[in-house]
Amino acid sequence: MTQYAEGITAEIVKEHGINDAEYAVILDRLGRAPNLVELGIFSVMWSEHCSYKSSRAHLGKLPTKGEKVIQGPGENAGVIDIGDGPNGKKMACIFKMESHNHPSFIEPYQGAATGVGGILRDVFTMGARPVALMNALRFGAPEHKKTRQLVSGVVAGIGGYGNCVGVPTVGGETNFHAGYNGNILVNAMAVGLAEADNIFYARGAEPGQPIVYVGSKTGRDGIHGATMASAEFDDQSEEKRPTVQVGDPFVEKKLIEACLELMATDAIAAIQDMGAAGLTSSSVEMADKGGIGIALDMDKVPQRETGMTTYEMMLSESQERMLVIMKPGREDVAYEIFKKWELDVAVIGETTDTGRMVLTHKGEVVCDIPVAPLADDAPKYERPYFAPEVRAQLNAKDVAQPSHMGEVLLKIMSSPDMASKAWIWKQYDRHVMADTTASSEDPSDAAIVRVHGTNKALAITTDCTPRYCFANPFEGGKQAVAEAWRNLTATGADPIAITDCLNFGNPEREEIMGQFVGCIDGMAEACAKLDFPVVSGNVSLYNETNGVAIPPTPAIGGVGLIPDMAKRAHFGGMREGDILLVVGETEGALGASVYLKVIEGREDGGAPLVDLDAEKAHGDFVRGQIRAGRLSACHDLSDGGLACAAADMALASDMGIKLAHEGNVPMHGYLFGEDQGRYLLAAAKEDAIAILQDAKADDVPVHVVGLAGGTAVTVNGAHPLELDRLRAAWEGWMPALMDQLVEAAE
Amino acid sequence: MKSAVIVFPGSNCDRDAHDAIEKVTGQKPAMVWHQESELPEGTQFVMVPGGFSYGDYLRCGAMASRSAIMPAIVAHAATGAPVLGVCNGFQILTESGLLPGALMRNAGLKFVCEKAPLTVENANTQFTSRYEAGAQLLVPIAHHDGNYFADTETLDRIEGEGQVVFRYGRNPNGSARDIAGIINEQGNVMGMMPHPERAVDDGHGGTDGLALFESLLGSA
Repeated sequence: MTQYAEGITAEIVKEHGINDAEYAVILDRLGRAPNLVELGIFSVMWSEHCSYKSSRAHLGKLPTKGEKVIQGPGENAGVIDIGDGPNGKKMACIFKMESHNHPSFIEPYQGAATGVGGILRDVFTMGARPVALMNALRFGAPEHKKTRQLVSGVVAGIGGYGNCVGVPTVGGETNFHAGYNGNILVNAMAVGLAEADNIFYARGAEPGQPIVYVGSKTGRDGIHGATMASAEFDDQSEEKRPTVQVGDPFVEKKLIEACLELMATDAIAAIQDMGAAGLTSSSVEMADKGGIGIALDMDKVPQRETGMTTYEMMLSESQERMLVIMKPGREDVAYEIFKKWELDVAVIGETTDTGRMVLTHKGEVVCDIPVAPLADDAPKYERPYFAPEVRAQLNAKDVAQPSHMGEVLLKIMSSPDMASKAWIWKQYDRHVMADTTASSEDPSDAAIVRVHGTNKALAITTDCTPRYCFANPFEGGKQAVAEAWRNLTATGADPIAITDCLNFGNPEREEIMGQFVGCIDGMAEACAKLDFPVVSGNVSLYNETNGVAIPPTPAIGGVGLIPDMAKRAHFGGMREGDILLVVGETEGALGASVYLKVIEGREDGGAPLVDLDAEKAHGDFVRGQIRAGRLSACHDLSDGGLACAAADMALASDMGIKLAHEGNVPMHGYLFGEDQGRYLLAAAKEDAIAILQDAKADDVPVHVVGLAGGTAVTVNGAHPLELDRLRAAWEGWMPALMDQLVEAAE
Repeated sequence: MKSAVIVFPGSNCDRDAHDAIEKVTGQKPAMVWHQESELPEGTQFVMVPGGFSYGDYLRCGAMASRSAIMPAIVAHAATGAPVLGVCNGFQILTESGLLPGALMRNAGLKFVCEKAPLTVENANTQFTSRYEAGAQLLVPIAHHDGNYFADTETLDRIEGEGQVVFRYGRNPNGSARDIAGIINEQGNVMGMMPHPERAVDDGHGGTDGLALFESLLGSA
């Protein structure tokens, strides 16, 4: 057998990211050498981005089943049962989070915008109307020369897309750390609602059905985007700008409406959006899941440019396109609907019983390969790894005590990760669709979006603490899941399931693979203990530049349900004279804490440990107290510990807090320690007494920590920080950064 | 009162407008597609909702003002019937000449979404009769192009004629004289950037927009 087809060289194969062993498999499966089109198709289908070749071996450890799970990982998005809808029919919530890291670094506006567009398509492809968007963003150090430009572009891109399609962007998180200087993270999450018996899958196609292309025309943009996202960056990466796609949210809006209209007709056999690797992956996935073949006539593909080759059409990542396999004879239904919405629609081929993917262009067969190997024979690597050294715990007694806690609190609350992100979320339409009960602007640990026409609501959060994952991947993975569960609980919701977006460096390096495995193991344990399964997700590897990897960042998107809108909590309702209580034990965990970083300039120490049994018991207790109507405010304790949670509550309630400190834990550890599984509650005196009684009966540790009143946060009557001053500093940091008052540094 | 909500392909506040009208009147408004050339028989109130009518890649509302349904809306307005444009709807009404002035890019050059404090400047219109003059409201805004502009002569005239209906308490977008909403000389066509349909419900956005719909529709 000839090693290479005409015009193909070893160099070309290498440029396609296919190594010698992988190429040998292709030769074997085809029984001949692949031509350029076929090589391109194998290249994208076997890319890390599409095949999960480094991660699949470990992803299987994550719990994916549960009483409420309708569809776990493997489809476009996860699906959970949320009970009855407004018309008494069973409703489902469909959601997923996905990364768009590499494109957003190279071209921030379009990279972020198309990240939003892509994740929306994953959700409405399944028949859901998107109702909420979230995002988890990590940028480099604030003073880094590229940071402001990236923040400004990414935020404008997310807003520009979400605002136009008319789906509210209700929440998220933003961190800054030098570890992301060369690789920012843009993780976007979409949440939708559908009737549970009207969900659409990529599976379900049969031979002899027409393949209908709808949406935008195919252009030359984004060719090899999936391959780019599967390699690390170097100094020349910005030359990859042409591989970034350009989004058109107006077309997406029309596509949502047209697809939902088509889905109401019973004419669809299977449907798939064209995301990474465009026409290739959408057609291969539907063929593979249906166990069938496909024949496409490339001349029929709507094209934006002239002279496009099959290679370009198959690898293009032009946005806002869908591929629909229709029931035979129903093509007219699609034509009518898509013409009404002024979108391109064309029958470009049909399904076959050959099990092969056959492409014809200008009368010639330009590709004829079996479908199964593209999906089933994708490489799967058991990458070697070693578990990173777990950093030792830090004793608060070994960290110098500051003299004025109020000044420390001020400094922490106006530090990059803690300061108000209003500069960001004011650029997002958070209210369109008129069901947003709580978004970024509100004092709520999770965004709350009503299930339209009912008395229920979804609670949605995104969480991850990369500092912990770096110090101890296992505990960090556990903590990310636990914090999402805790944030949903603090609103009164029943946590149901998560999506994940696993962002790591180069998996071919053993310590990076060790971080990945550690985080997955930790997540798996937390998901199992908290009955909080993973229903969808995405892996983004090779987030490194010139050999420097990002901190391990397994971002978690959690979804829960508030069954009754009258029984929920937030942290802005504290009243004068309320007793403040902390649920959970405080030992003063300062390792890898915000305190250590901001005040001491250190990032050492072990991550706080998560006791999952305690986490569950404390959360269930708090949820019970919320539903009993006893709390005027409730807030989870996380970054910055008790003092920062108290500061949040004080600012949101416009009411001071008098904290009391006693016992053996040093005051800075007590106030700023990040011990896990804790909540801060505010309740009127008689309610506080009832809570303490319940806590005793349930054997849950609850301690009185202070009293609401005054205009400042104080500790033992001293260390005052006036709220006006706190608010100005907390609100002022980000505008000051973005208005370029911070000197740009290398 | 029989109502209609105009739907352009990029409208995204059409459902919110529909629900607000239904909540106040108990009647579902007709949803009128932009390619229609007539309003449904018997339509009294027309609402042009927010969104990005045709993507707004040109000047916001410029293409929508030339759409098939617009002549019917202009003719309807000429009969003295009430027409309300919110956000993109306001932009469309200025582009089509039903209201004076124009809406430019926000002075800060960024999209702005917040609950905007407003003052009711004129409570003597059919859209605002259920408000007290000078009432302070909190109504959500969400726009990239809400910077109201008109020449000084026009501004003086509309101020003098009581055509400035809402003013911002804290100018979010650079609008001339803090103008948030205006009405035409005849008092039947109103445009405003804030979204009253997002403020008709305690569970979302507050209820400060409710009186607007009640003024218009409540007694009908």
